[in-house]
Amino acid sequence: MKILIKNGRVIDPYNKIDKVAEIVIEDGKIKSVTSHQSPVTSKEIIDAKGCIVTPGLIDMHTHLREPGREDKETILTGSRAALHGGFTTICCMPNTEPPIDNIGIVKFIFESPKECEVLPIGAITKGRKGEQLSEIGDIVTAGCVAISDDGDPVESAEIMRYALEYSKMFNIPVISHSEDKSLSSNGVINEGIMSLKLGMKGIPRIAEEIMVARDIQLAEYLDARVHIAHISTKGSVELVRNAKKRGVKVTAEATPHHFSLTEDSLDSFDTNYKVNPPLRTKEDVKAIKQGLKDNTISVIASDHAPHAYFEKELEFTNAPFGMTGLETAISLSIKELIESKILSWNQLIEKFTVCPKNILGIKAGTLTKGAEANITIIDPNKEWKFKKTFSKSSNSPFLGKKLKGKVIYTIFKGTVHKWED
Amino acid sequence: MAKITELKNKDLLGMKELSREEIELICETAETLKEILERPIKTVPYLRGKTACFLFFEPSTRTLNSFSLAAKRLSCDIVSVSASSSSALKGETLLDTAKNIEAMKTNFVVVRHSVPGSAHLLARQLSSSVINAGDGTHEHPTQALLDILTIKEHFGDLERLKILIVGDIEHSRVARSNIWAMTKLGAEVSLCGPPTLIPYSIAQIGVKVYYDLKEAVKDKDIIYILRLQKERQEKGLFPSIREYINLYCITPEVLKYAKPDARIMHPGPVNRGIELTPEIADSSKSLILGQVLNGVAIRMAIFYLLK
Repeated sequence: MKILIKNGRVIDPYNKIDKVAEIVIEDGKIKSVTSHQSPVTSKEIIDAKGCIVTPGLIDMHTHLREPGREDKETILTGSRAALHGGFTTICCMPNTEPPIDNIGIVKFIFESPKECEVLPIGAITKGRKGEQLSEIGDIVTAGCVAISDDGDPVESAEIMRYALEYSKMFNIPVISHSEDKSLSSNGVINEGIMSLKLGMKGIPRIAEEIMVARDIQLAEYLDARVHIAHISTKGSVELVRNAKKRGVKVTAEATPHHFSLTEDSLDSFDTNYKVNPPLRTKEDVKAIKQGLKDNTISVIASDHAPHAYFEKELEFTNAPFGMTGLETAISLSIKELIESKILSWNQLIEKFTVCPKNILGIKAGTLTKGAEANITIIDPNKEWKFKKTFSKSSNSPFLGKKLKGKVIYTIFKGTVHKWED
Repeated sequence: MAKITELKNKDLLGMKELSREEIELICETAETLKEILERPIKTVPYLRGKTACFLFFEPSTRTLNSFSLAAKRLSCDIVSVSASSSSALKGETLLDTAKNIEAMKTNFVVVRHSVPGSAHLLARQLSSSVINAGDGTHEHPTQALLDILTIKEHFGDLERLKILIVGDIEHSRVARSNIWAMTKLGAEVSLCGPPTLIPYSIAQIGVKVYYDLKEAVKDKDIIYILRLQKERQEKGLFPSIREYINLYCITPEVLKYAKPDARIMHPGPVNRGIELTPEIADSSKSLILGQVLNGVAIRMAIFYLLK
């Protein structure tokens, strides 16, 4: 079974390819990427004229809710939403019920039905309680690619120190959910003009920055690797930039909503804009874009956080934090980063492929000969309306909105998924 | 400017959303309706056959009574649901409770809730007119309107009037609603309180902030005193009630620094001896009881205009 993708602009940052080329897939693997026309007679030919053809994208930060809240999302539905958004490899955070803090749950995730690659991130601490380290060796051996207590910080600096120190022997990143709970407690939106106007308890930027600073200091002291999740403030971007200059092993990710939206969206009390960390200000959005441009922030991750309709319908304070993001990540990135010339296409695709690949030390994210045929085809000019989500939840403020730039094909292990409008 | 005769929205959610013309209209309507309260028979049939539902999820006596009285004066039927007797304890959501009540064909839903935006949430989903009777620390529009009416009665209008709001601004929906309303009507609003009780981003809305009470009262026409919630002290926002009184209690001594004709306002209920001394609360400088009467008139006007 052969598939030929022709006429597309192939961008594979890992192999330093950025040219119009033909890709041949055979038996679910990449057979070749060549500039010249292949003499192959393929059963299936995809004409990607005007499109960007990339390795299947990687999203290193999603919440799939299974086990525990299968009414919000399952590994199967989440992986379908991922494919729809152009992702063929996603990492799922361990804040499930029970959490991914032991080998049994890791095995459960690998054995669950799914439509793309799902790589679990294990909990740093048992039960995500921040008290004792999980059996990190065990869960890494079982396939976890990183550890994090995401959703909550590791409040004790001492436990965070042990986590960073202990994981050095496994060469995995520790992902920091940077939030000083004593400063953010009961807060629901950014502390600033909107929290003043709406009378809501604010989450100050320093709640994030103090923890980013702490974890950078710990990583520097221990010569360990830390990855800062969902960076949201100008101050955090500066902390990471300076640390990188000093040679600290720190990396960072930003979500599309943190570089697309500001706290101003909260004017109508729409709980779909309630996220943690909260939407910040124009200044912060600008700083995040600058951080993406100079590679202080090397990864874009969705922080896909599905929630049930009835929960998001509650009073603002009582509604949960989070929005879904797998299916809008590419469109928002094109709008905010490509159209405004913050990033080149090659730089953008790096943040969705080779950068998360290198941080996690995984195979995915290349079009290398012999690799799994995971490919994403993006039409950067296609205008579309986000009408149908493949997620089990619909808590996205972009649902029903017009977007530009769309994934039109996702190929996973040689199986072609064509997306209609 | 052409005078308006009706409100733009079906709901009254906050002073942020109201225009100056709408505020003027509500006050004029209240002035007219207030006359009814002086009649021997204090009831008119304007809202006969209409029903108002009171959804109070926070304890309140005066606001609830004021709304009830206003509705009754206009011959509006009322049903009341308080958090303790409602399904809130059985796990029913706010929206479900409200939808159930609306299914009983109500015309108005008056809601008080501890969460900001609760009235907005209901307004989006219900066809009834939703009236915000206080949503957390967000807004309390009828309080601001009755305050405006009281000030207008005493001073004529608010243009260039110097108004000082004293106390816990951060946790006060009354302060917020009044800041938006008073500045829309041309008053110069300033604030005074300990920095931990002043919102972090206050500089961005262009009101002056004082920490020193004696300096703050100096040239003000109105000193609007907020109620101090004692639990704020327990949360560590200031060291003790005693120190708060020393720094921010309005006493005859403090008023020596104010203009002789300055007036005192307070949304009630008053913590005598904490925010202000009893002799000041009871003095001729105080407009507090006038505020209470105007509360009924303003709420009548709101029902009347939203009907």
